[in-house]
Amino acid sequence: MIFDLAAQAAQMILVLSLAPLLLGFTRKVKARLLRRRGAPALQPYRDLLRLMRKEVVLADDASWLFRCAPYLIFAATWVAAALVPTFATGLTFSWSADLIAITALLGSARFFLALAGMDVGTSFGGIGASRETMFASLAEPAMIMIVFVVALIAGSTQLSEIAFHMLSHTELRVSYGLALIGLVIVAIAENGRIPVDNPATHLELTMVHEAMALEYSGRHLAVIELAAALKLLLYVSLIACIFAPWGLAPHGADLRAMAFGALAYVAKLAVGGFLLALFEVSTAKMRVFRVPDFLGAALMLGLLGTLLLFVSRSL
Amino acid sequence: MPLTLALCSIAALLCVGALAVALAQSLAASRVVYALCLGLSLILFAAAVTPRGAAALSTALPLGLPWIGAHFRLDALSAFFMAVVNLGGAAASLYAIGYGAHEKHPSRILPFFPVFLAGMNLVLLADDAFAFLVAWEFMSLSSWALVMAHHQDAENRRAGYVYLLMASFGTLALLMAFGLLAGSAGAYAFADIREAARGSPWTCGLVLALAILGAGSKAGLAPLHIWLPLAHPAAPSQVSALMSGVMTKVAVYGFIRIVFDLLGAPEFWWSMAPLTLGAITAMLGILSATIQSDLKKLLAYSTIENIGVVFVALGLALAFKSNGMALPAALAFTAALFHVFNHALFKSLLFLGAGAVQSATGERDIERLGGLIHAMPRTAFLFLGACVAISALPPLNGFVSEWLVFQAILLSPSLPQWSLKLLVPAVGVALALSAALCAGCFVRAFGVAFLGRARSLAAKTAQETDPWSLAAMSGLLALCLLAGLVPSYLIDTITPAAKLFVGGHVPTQGGIPWLSIAPIAESRSSYNGLLVFLFMAFSAFFAAWIVRVFGSTALRRGPAWDCGYPDQSPATQYTGSSFAQPIRRTLGSVAFVARDHLDMPAPGDTRPARFGVEIHDRVWEGLYAPILRAVDFCAEQLDRTHYLTIQGYLGLVFATLVALLLAIAIWP
Repeated sequence: MIFDLAAQAAQMILVLSLAPLLLGFTRKVKARLLRRRGAPALQPYRDLLRLMRKEVVLADDASWLFRCAPYLIFAATWVAAALVPTFATGLTFSWSADLIAITALLGSARFFLALAGMDVGTSFGGIGASRETMFASLAEPAMIMIVFVVALIAGSTQLSEIAFHMLSHTELRVSYGLALIGLVIVAIAENGRIPVDNPATHLELTMVHEAMALEYSGRHLAVIELAAALKLLLYVSLIACIFAPWGLAPHGADLRAMAFGALAYVAKLAVGGFLLALFEVSTAKMRVFRVPDFLGAALMLGLLGTLLLFVSRSL
Repeated sequence: MPLTLALCSIAALLCVGALAVALAQSLAASRVVYALCLGLSLILFAAAVTPRGAAALSTALPLGLPWIGAHFRLDALSAFFMAVVNLGGAAASLYAIGYGAHEKHPSRILPFFPVFLAGMNLVLLADDAFAFLVAWEFMSLSSWALVMAHHQDAENRRAGYVYLLMASFGTLALLMAFGLLAGSAGAYAFADIREAARGSPWTCGLVLALAILGAGSKAGLAPLHIWLPLAHPAAPSQVSALMSGVMTKVAVYGFIRIVFDLLGAPEFWWSMAPLTLGAITAMLGILSATIQSDLKKLLAYSTIENIGVVFVALGLALAFKSNGMALPAALAFTAALFHVFNHALFKSLLFLGAGAVQSATGERDIERLGGLIHAMPRTAFLFLGACVAISALPPLNGFVSEWLVFQAILLSPSLPQWSLKLLVPAVGVALALSAALCAGCFVRAFGVAFLGRARSLAAKTAQETDPWSLAAMSGLLALCLLAGLVPSYLIDTITPAAKLFVGGHVPTQGGIPWLSIAPIAESRSSYNGLLVFLFMAFSAFFAAWIVRVFGSTALRRGPAWDCGYPDQSPATQYTGSSFAQPIRRTLGSVAFVARDHLDMPAPGDTRPARFGVEIHDRVWEGLYAPILRAVDFCAEQLDRTHYLTIQGYLGLVFATLVALLLAIAIWP
């Protein structure tokens, strides 16, 4: 019992502590690919620490919602990230929410971030919230359809069961491919990476996520940045857990299997971060009204995968 | 005993209506009447939740047609809906104790409010076609009178007219449905209809179509929904809450009673209509809601969306039931009823909040509100809670029913029919899209109306609403939270009704450890709202604590940053219309043929630039406008017969006689 609880707590702390590193690593790789030296991979930790120690400058018109929102966003994202199996499946509380609930938890975080963007009453906050809403209106259904594909194959919406199924049935299916591409598109859009949004820019015409968080400063900004890093980590772990579940310690495994699982997880994160950076430097950002087409493709892939599975269980 | 109590309370409600006529002139009348309504609603709620044992209670009263009498029956389904209706009724009454004071002409509302409540309860208890239709008309007409309460406004008169037309049409459809069910023998009691042999597939199909027309038009199913966004906002807010939150549920009850109970064992193709119409309704409703700037109209359109979700779940239940899949059918049915319960709670709360905003500012247009979170912090908090709930975000209740519907969809690949196999994924996409759009719609509604800076003096100087209204809204929010955290008890409450109508039930949820829900099996799917809530609370407080211990707590107020160019004018904020622009442009261009028109004068030209949005209601233009034109055309043609000579009239009579005699002669 104590061991199970400790494993669950370890997962929560693991995702929290690795999230900024993944971000820093991705930035570093990106810089190296652009032949720059780049900031050290540990820079996000320093940024967070510095932001946390700074005073908050709150806009005159900000309400209590503006001050609570960062913690709510962080809480929803952290809980969602901690529910994705990272080094082991079947942890003590893994059954408390399934993949649909994880999607919805991310929806909660987005809901409050969009509201926070509108709270001060600036035009940039509004533009960010409005665009985020448009992206989400396609990204979320696409995600749900991908969840359908995966759940129909594995016969469960529980991530632990899905990972177990994927481990025990190594098979190639068309619908896997469709779901993987769809999930990658959703992950890119949800994290505001190139080509949907550029995390490194503050050019006002293009920004979405940054526009919503524009009025934040100090500790509030630190919490929001950490939540954003957690979200990136969540999507990488989700893709790893569903499509590359190797090394995951099974339910009731001992410490050694878990340590091995953790090592495998860090390796998967590194590969994921590297691929993300590679993809980002090889493509250009698209216009805002091209994004619905991009996300529409993910939605159609998800729908196609679901249809295939409705038609035949073996596709 | 519960049935007698319920019938007595309904009679008492009717008496309160009569009392209100007598009292209406006095000042305290509104408080007395609403307090009585509150008490009687609570008694009816108690009667609905009193344990009754497995058997249904029934009674017959010597009312109505002498050879039929009036039959009343309280079974698991009636009891569930009665609990929903009276929760909504109690909340609206409590709210109205405070809100009713703003009413300039209470005598136009007070007599009809209790009668409306009584009518809805009677529909749920009716056990013969005659009593059902009389109660249904009672409900329709009393709500029509309430819609017409502020009839000085031409828009309200139009709303009332359209509502009356659609309500009569719906009742006509139901009348014919019951006529077909009763058969030529005229067995109008529901017990006789259940016993009777099933008609041909054609008869069943016709009854199904008529039930969809009759109950669907009252519920707001597309394309019969056009009256709903006109009528619901026109009524005073406590009545809007009842109409949107509760009366649409009575219509859902009517559909379930006819299709799941009276019509007998279903065929698989019955499910196609509710599935298709439900999916279209959900999409159309939420897209329309997203572009509205009238707060109450937005809520009315969102009601249409939720009704679509309920009908999709009911369609799934029909599909599973017809294939003898009892457990999935029970799951879909449970999801539908769970959503009915949820929607009654949060939609009532939203309408009550909109009413509080309207009475505080005199505005319903969100483009003229803003910043209300400062002026009305409590209302803002409660409204926000309802927005979270309706957007299907955990840990509140809206998510649970959404989750159950998705779980039911995930079971549908095992349906054997190909048409359903192809239809259900499309319906699933529509549901997922409408769920995502719903969250966006309520970000917009709350963000524009309550956040930012005040766009008008009225919004700036608004006062917090009265304690009665706040109490009613807080109660509803508490129930939303409760249903979201411990959904297992609600699912177990629905189980008897599911057992009765789809022949199966989901496993008992009450005994699952940690109060989580696992509708099929724990290895398949489970959700625990309570734990998710506790985790979130822990995480939020943990983060706040860490920041407090290791970070700085200094805080300074300053002007907004806004990329260095803050503008104090509230007009520089994002408006509701600009917020909706991306959706209007991507999805609205298909759904409403929406176009933006920009008239930008050339440099040097001094006329102002103009921006306009063109939106078409395709349902109205494609379906209703042609019907109206046809009616007008026929009326014009018939009008000529009003100006005939005496020979002409005699010729007409003669021709009619000949035609009738010929018809009789030819008739076999």
